[in-house]
Amino acid sequence: MAKYMLIMRGTDESNAKMAEASFDEMLETMGQFNEELIRAGVLVAAEGLDDPSQGVVVDYSGETPVVTDGPYGETKELFGGFYLIDVASKEEAVEWAKRMPAVSGSKCEIRRVPTIDEFPQDNEWIIKERAWRERTGQL
Amino acid sequence: MTPSVADGPPSDAARRAVEAVWRIESARIVGALARYTGDFALAEDVAQEAVAEALVAWSRDGAPANPVGWLLATARRRAIDSFRRRSALDERYAALAGQLAEGEATSGAAAPAGRPDDLPWDPDRVDDDILALMFVACHPVLSPEARVALTLRSVGGLTSEEIARAFLVPVPTIQARITRAKKTIAAAGVPFELPPAEQRRERLGGVLSVLYGIFTEGSAATAGADLLRPDLAYEAIRLARTLAALLPDEPEVYGLLALCELTAARFPARTGPDGEPVLLEDQDRRRWDRSAIRRGLAALGRASTLGRGLGPYGLQAAIAACHASAPSVGETDWERVVLLYEALGRVAPSPIVELNRAVAVAMATGPQPALSIVDELVATDRLSGSYLLPSVRGELLTRLGRTAEARAELELAARLCGNARERSVLLRKAAALP
Repeated sequence: MAKYMLIMRGTDESNAKMAEASFDEMLETMGQFNEELIRAGVLVAAEGLDDPSQGVVVDYSGETPVVTDGPYGETKELFGGFYLIDVASKEEAVEWAKRMPAVSGSKCEIRRVPTIDEFPQDNEWIIKERAWRERTGQL
Repeated sequence: MTPSVADGPPSDAARRAVEAVWRIESARIVGALARYTGDFALAEDVAQEAVAEALVAWSRDGAPANPVGWLLATARRRAIDSFRRRSALDERYAALAGQLAEGEATSGAAAPAGRPDDLPWDPDRVDDDILALMFVACHPVLSPEARVALTLRSVGGLTSEEIARAFLVPVPTIQARITRAKKTIAAAGVPFELPPAEQRRERLGGVLSVLYGIFTEGSAATAGADLLRPDLAYEAIRLARTLAALLPDEPEVYGLLALCELTAARFPARTGPDGEPVLLEDQDRRRWDRSAIRRGLAALGRASTLGRGLGPYGLQAAIAACHASAPSVGETDWERVVLLYEALGRVAPSPIVELNRAVAVAMATGPQPALSIVDELVATDRLSGSYLLPSVRGELLTRLGRTAEARAELELAARLCGNARERSVLLRKAAALP
């Protein structure tokens, strides 16, 4: 088993469509998809992000970080939310992504999430991170 | 569409794609087919034929746009062929043919474009179909091994190859087991439906014990070189989660889910670098999976709040929760563990529970009263043949300083133990005695 993150990427086009769509309808279709993930026993976590125009971007190109308000630069695809699922294979993660009620124009990127066990266990920072995970019940 | 040698062997990519779809959809596909045909064995057969065809066709043509629709349409056509062969042009055939004509007859296997909301099944029936499938696969007319194989294949969507690998048996053994199971179900005239209300509780107990059996085989392998088979244990957890979502008011379903989650939480610490078992007292508790513990405690909470008291799985989960919440063996609430084992012994008396109670008593009070419980088990000749009894007795005798007897018990335990890893630990313990 491995954890995969389904990373939702919206475009201006898909975000505009989302804004037009009925909120109740969206809740209904997303809710049904979430319910399927729950029933299949694969959902670990899921979060969606607020409007990109409400975001802040910190740019590290210069010597000191430059902070600007608003969405992330010229990028056409904006990170909008994620699902974390625990599945048997990358193919299964892809199958779930295909079932997502996504708005046309948007995309989903699928990436494996390495576990902390894959890092050197004698590294003091990994040890500290483990301790934090233990205290807080993190994934 | 008929598989043929000319198509060549299925590609790896196609096999993985078919397996992925099958894991997600098998229960719904077999469930829907079983309801349409009223014949579980036929449904399972044609679903497997569709999977075999998919391996060939998807290798050749790539995966279809709507893999689920493809599988379901192909399986339905195989079902119709089968009815034709049987010359059973009865109502069931008419119903199937009608459903096929509605959307799929013109476009071959291609079904309507795929979105979860227009999948070709009735959302109100899916839950009942999957539940019915679980009840049939775990039916008491079947042998325990057959129930496990059938559940993993038709509900869990594992291939025979995956099941064979998980249980370290040859693929034909699993195939034969499933074929026999389907014949048994057909011969016994087991209907594809939810059990009647008066049998529901008992039959649910049967389903839970199959899931727990799968879990324990994954968490304490009875054969082979590896102590744990986490993927198999995970299949049981996945099925338990599905069952919990389908039956949200059954405390024991949540009890079982909690027990599995809390036990699996210890997996990362249960084996050492070379795969050798690490005892509870020696485990690095920082390696326990905290999110699994959190899920397990939540499921246990749900089981408790549903009322009717905790059943056997819920009580075992409560014991696992005592360990999960304790910073060390010494700081474990052993008094509570003893009480929970006493309660467990009342609702589900068994020599294994007695043996575990003895271990808890040894921790809470000391080895002498624990040895009395174990000796009572020996005297009544329960658990004879199990390596666990001499293993625990050997531990207690070691703590009491009765070295010679302890050595004999540990060596006996090693002879009886089927797991290579555990056997070597027992032998090491015996050798370490002064």
